[in-house]
Amino acid sequence: MNAFGYQFAPLWTDWLVYFLVFSGIGFFLYARRHEHLARPWRQVVRRPLAMSAALVLLVYIAIGLADSIHLQKQRVIANSDAVIFSSEKISLLDIVLTTLRVQEEKTYSAPFAIQSYAKETIELPDGGIVREFPRLVYGGIHLDQASDKTADIVAKTIRAIAESVAIFVLLIVILNFFLARYYQNSFGRQLNLLKLGDADLPWRSLLLMGFVLTLVGLVLIRLAPYYHVLGTDKVGKDVLYLSLKSIRTGLVIGSLTTLFVLPFALSLGIMAGYFRGRVDDVIQYLYTTLSSIPGVLLIAASVLMIDVYIQNNAEQFATIADRADARLLFLCLILGITGWVGLCRLLRGEALKLREIDYIQASQAFGVSHTRILSRHILPNVMHIILITLVLDFSGLVLAEAVLSYIGVGVDPSMISWGNMINGARLEMAREPVVWWSLVAAFIFMFLLVLCANLFADSVRDAFDPRAY
Amino acid sequence: MLAYIIRRLLYAIPILIGVNLITFALFFVVNTPDDVARVHLGDKYLNEEAVANWKAARGYDKPLIYNPGASGFDKFQQTIFFEKSAKLFVFDFGAADDGRDIGYDIRQRMWPSLAIAIPSLIIGLLINVTVAMMLAFFRASYIDIVGVIAGVTLMSISSMFYIIGGQYLISKSLHLVPISGYDEGLSAIKFLVLPIIVGLIGGIGSGTRWYRTIFLEEINRDYVRTARAKGLFESIVLFKHVLKNAMIPILTGVVVILPILFMGSLVTESFFGIPGLGSYVIDAIQAQDFAIVRAMVFLGSVLYIVGLILTDISYTLVDPRVRLS
Repeated sequence: MNAFGYQFAPLWTDWLVYFLVFSGIGFFLYARRHEHLARPWRQVVRRPLAMSAALVLLVYIAIGLADSIHLQKQRVIANSDAVIFSSEKISLLDIVLTTLRVQEEKTYSAPFAIQSYAKETIELPDGGIVREFPRLVYGGIHLDQASDKTADIVAKTIRAIAESVAIFVLLIVILNFFLARYYQNSFGRQLNLLKLGDADLPWRSLLLMGFVLTLVGLVLIRLAPYYHVLGTDKVGKDVLYLSLKSIRTGLVIGSLTTLFVLPFALSLGIMAGYFRGRVDDVIQYLYTTLSSIPGVLLIAASVLMIDVYIQNNAEQFATIADRADARLLFLCLILGITGWVGLCRLLRGEALKLREIDYIQASQAFGVSHTRILSRHILPNVMHIILITLVLDFSGLVLAEAVLSYIGVGVDPSMISWGNMINGARLEMAREPVVWWSLVAAFIFMFLLVLCANLFADSVRDAFDPRAY
Repeated sequence: MLAYIIRRLLYAIPILIGVNLITFALFFVVNTPDDVARVHLGDKYLNEEAVANWKAARGYDKPLIYNPGASGFDKFQQTIFFEKSAKLFVFDFGAADDGRDIGYDIRQRMWPSLAIAIPSLIIGLLINVTVAMMLAFFRASYIDIVGVIAGVTLMSISSMFYIIGGQYLISKSLHLVPISGYDEGLSAIKFLVLPIIVGLIGGIGSGTRWYRTIFLEEINRDYVRTARAKGLFESIVLFKHVLKNAMIPILTGVVVILPILFMGSLVTESFFGIPGLGSYVIDAIQAQDFAIVRAMVFLGSVLYIVGLILTDISYTLVDPRVRLS
């Protein structure tokens, strides 16, 4: 594909992300037609907390997906018709955030600062030399005087607030119009119902959450081109840009690991439970062995080995981005291999129970083949366990990424991730004044994602697991 | 009982062999010792002789599993597999890349790890069980809801932020205890207080949540309904009946992690500069010292299996319904 001077150049993880998105859509369509899956979901969507969390997650996913579409820019070469593409792969998100990406300072600067964090020797026009904090190259460059800063920020924020209120009101009117038609109420009556939160879906919570999100988004859109809203890091990169880019890394680790967990856990788990006997013994031995190795150590050992492989076979990876991507993929694989045991155990237990139930016994008596019993009768009945486990595991994986990157066995050091941000920033806590903004930014972005994932997962578990409280 | 324990111990042997084969494959087959030597030496000093020397100094110059050059049993003994992997079974860990004896280092370093892990475990258990009991007592009230939401919130914060926050607040701003370091004997306490407190706060979210689920599961059982029907006070039901029965899953959950406590916490120890086994592993990972990582993988598996066996035994001790067979 070649449009607008860009060429579509996905990384390996991109393909898997697309695959995951399509499977997700496929699962949604499947669940819609199957009552035992659709009913719990209807319960989930009625919960205000779950839906607010889902809305935040959607924003994260949208950013992550935009960051998963990688492109190569066409290079224009004078006097030549040849079409050549830059070897650098940039994502759709990079293009959207071009201003943030290119506005690099020299080193640290605090949020909203217009002066650098470090003093520099500046030569005055008259030949004298002073040591002072130089003005930033980009941050607040549109201001003539430093004293204008507060007024400028307030003005831009007020504008953003006004805009988001306008959008909010517009949204209410549009939504209420459609709801009123759907329930055949008058506009005013429906508005009153909406205000009371009386509806099948938690529209009121969704609207409020949507308002908060648009407000934050618009404030950032208005301010970010002029200031480094979250400061800059050691090499002068905008921290907001880094935090946004980290979203993809976190999401990929949380979700692609699933892709590697499922085949092992699913096939081995239900086979062990269904066939019992020797098959069960072998599979149990396999997972007891794997799970007896402390997870962190197994991950560390594997990543160390892949490091050696990458260093010895550097020629296989065209760019640094390709290398980082390969390592990310491998990390997901390893997390999957260390992580499938828990789900496998659950599925084995469930399959052991299911195989004694009448309808399975009946199928066996009718001479239905094992493959058919497994796929038609056992598999659909363990779906809810798979779903609960995968959703619950997600947040743990996002947190694990940060710890692993800190230990040095996480994602590639060149990859932008929360773990690497924390790792780079934690040593700067000793400085005076403290460089806190990288840490705080990573904290907020990570905390929001994990909190929403946890809240959402709780609702999913409550809805699907009749035993849960 | 004794027969059961012996059988469980025998059952552990194939698992440990499996662990050993996995680590062997990971460390010697995925990348040959030549590859590892090249990475260690770097591009600057890379030549055949240097690689050979590096391997010879660390005993990696033998064939992997079969040595046709030797005679008799030496065909198998003079190999990397025997020297580096099979010897782990008798806890002969060999030497690290810098020549230090790994076994000695492990014995030295396990005490600081335990000094953090054991108080954290005991105090944490007390706090978490108490809070969980309270939430279960006030279940479905505002106290419960607030407690559960607070728990989820605490759970959603990465452990590293607790550590960084704790260090910043207590050590850097308030100067109550040193930021990091360690000392021998009783003077170690001032270095241990902060890691333990941070560990407790970091674990309270998930711990409380887990124990609350256990309590609520117990509360819905028939014997509780009977006790209530008898007219017992809710507090007596909770403390005498529910707590006693809930102790079974709680205790066995603790027993399984007891042996692993030796391994220490990687992140906590490295942030606080405590010379335990956790920071030992981190240092080894950062120095790419595979001998240490290999030894720790094996040790960790052994401890985990010991934990599983202890769990099974403790089941029979606390729960008379369970019979070993």
